[in-house]
Amino acid sequence: MKIHKSVIFLASAIVLSFLATLVEHRLNPYYFQIIIYIGINIVLASSLNLINGFAGQFSLGHAGFMAVGAYTSAVLTTGLFSSVNPLLNIPLFALALLCGGIVAAAFGLLVGIPSLRLKGDYLAITTLGFGEIIRVVVQNLDFLGGARGFTGIPKLSNFFWVFLTAAAVIFTISNLINSTYGKAFTAVRDDEIAAESIGISSTRVKVTAFVTGAFFAGVAGALYAHFVTYINPAQFSFLKSFEIVVMVIIGGMGSILGVIFSAVLLTILPEVLRTMAQYRMVIYSLLLIIIMITRPQGLFARRRFGKHKAILKI
Amino acid sequence: MSELLQQIVNGISLGSIYALIALGYTMIYGILRFINFAHGDVFMVGAFIGYYLTPQIITLAGGNLLVAAPIILAVTMLGCSILGVAIEKLAYRPLRSRPKLTVLITAIGVSFLLEYGGQLVFGPDPKLFPTLIPSGSVVNTEYIIIGTNSIVVIVTAFALMLLLRFIVFNTKMGTAMRAVSFDHRVASLMGINIDTIISFTFILGSSLAAAAALLYASIYPSINPLMGIFPGLKAFVAAVLGGIGNLAGAALGGLILGVTETFVSGYISSSFRDAIAFSILILILLFKPTGILGRHEREKV
Repeated sequence: MKIHKSVIFLASAIVLSFLATLVEHRLNPYYFQIIIYIGINIVLASSLNLINGFAGQFSLGHAGFMAVGAYTSAVLTTGLFSSVNPLLNIPLFALALLCGGIVAAAFGLLVGIPSLRLKGDYLAITTLGFGEIIRVVVQNLDFLGGARGFTGIPKLSNFFWVFLTAAAVIFTISNLINSTYGKAFTAVRDDEIAAESIGISSTRVKVTAFVTGAFFAGVAGALYAHFVTYINPAQFSFLKSFEIVVMVIIGGMGSILGVIFSAVLLTILPEVLRTMAQYRMVIYSLLLIIIMITRPQGLFARRRFGKHKAILKI
Repeated sequence: MSELLQQIVNGISLGSIYALIALGYTMIYGILRFINFAHGDVFMVGAFIGYYLTPQIITLAGGNLLVAAPIILAVTMLGCSILGVAIEKLAYRPLRSRPKLTVLITAIGVSFLLEYGGQLVFGPDPKLFPTLIPSGSVVNTEYIIIGTNSIVVIVTAFALMLLLRFIVFNTKMGTAMRAVSFDHRVASLMGINIDTIISFTFILGSSLAAAAALLYASIYPSINPLMGIFPGLKAFVAAVLGGIGNLAGAALGGLILGVTETFVSGYISSSFRDAIAFSILILILLFKPTGILGRHEREKV
């Protein structure tokens, strides 16, 4: 009765995040901010985990999808919604989040299509390129504020929306992965040719992974935009993508819980080590190298990813 | 007309720098079948070695740039070679039999380590690279002005490319390199020491990156620890454009990319400069993934 369990999980997450929203104003604003970021990072890392970890399509352009979602929703809430009755704010915000996700998903489709022909290194650099192209285009669009950034976004994100999205992403991915259809994802990751030979459409798997992952990244971007109230293209550079990739790898590619843990850890850790801020990226990159050499399955995951192919196959 | 000629000259000098970096990508890909993401950052370290070394060596040479420049070039190449070989030994060698994705992630890690390690060591603020090539112009007519630095860049780059061609196609080491690139196991059965060849490839690639760095810094003298990212990525695009694993292809791709980029920033808008390389990459991968001069490789089950 897996579905049953996950429905309980989703319902309790909704109730809990709603209750948390009721007390959030009593919280120290600094802690409030960190907890919001934890939620957003869980969404980002988990959605990238679907693409990188489960479908095995190494993507370095997640910040691009995030940017698309952030800008789409910001245009909607500032431009179209401001004139409407403030009572309608909540459903309209939900609509803006959804639109941000849908437009990002459309971009995911756009990136997913070339990914059908590309593998490994090429795919990584192409997705990185896509992310950078999105950033450069936004920088040159005047109605989005160009390089100056987009200001005056209403502060609508709260515990409820952030953790509802986090729960939704975990719910979607765990149900997907445990379904027959989801097993096709890991099959394509482990051996694409073998998967194709038993009738799995690797095309469909890859595109589904990209579209779903991009959708949630877009929603995360929308949540982020409506929390910080000011966005600019530099926030969505490939450094951001790299941060999300590090979360997925440290947590363990293809491990739902591991990635949640590492998203929490890597959001809190930089705050605790604020005095060592300049070492942060050095530590991240060292961690990445050391983990790849000694524990490629990630810190929190037990399962090994990929196969350890024999060197001599004479 | 004169503006067009000028753009072409600028494009070729930028393109020959991309070509030098692209050769490093393509050689390492040819031997190890993976993209050394850290290559652009070896280039950055080269610029910084040059930055710290140039004033000292110019003083030692008594202010004579003609004497100092080759020494600086040689020492920078040596420094980058040591770095390249160290990266290969410490980070890539332990992973040689692992899945490709593992190596790719490690390469990205090494790249970020050099960038942010560089920020700690050299400081994050941009620095002014000392003059290595005296300013002035070789050709100065009403149609076109060709600066000394453009000429020095183009001549040095092409000389190094010819030297590389000679090493790869006319020496014993080069023959061994091509054998390893063809098939690791067969090459090792023929008595070729694979580890030595891989180290040698990293030495060649890193030396070219070092030379590229000095030339690049002579045209764009503001250097910083993140300067390697875009030239690195663009040189990678150049390597793919020409056909990865192919030396002539990398040189050709570099020149095409350099000229295209100069044209786009000259005639359209300089803000699209960085996006153009990625657009070329996506188009080439969609329509001719093997590149202009590349061979098609069939995947074996």
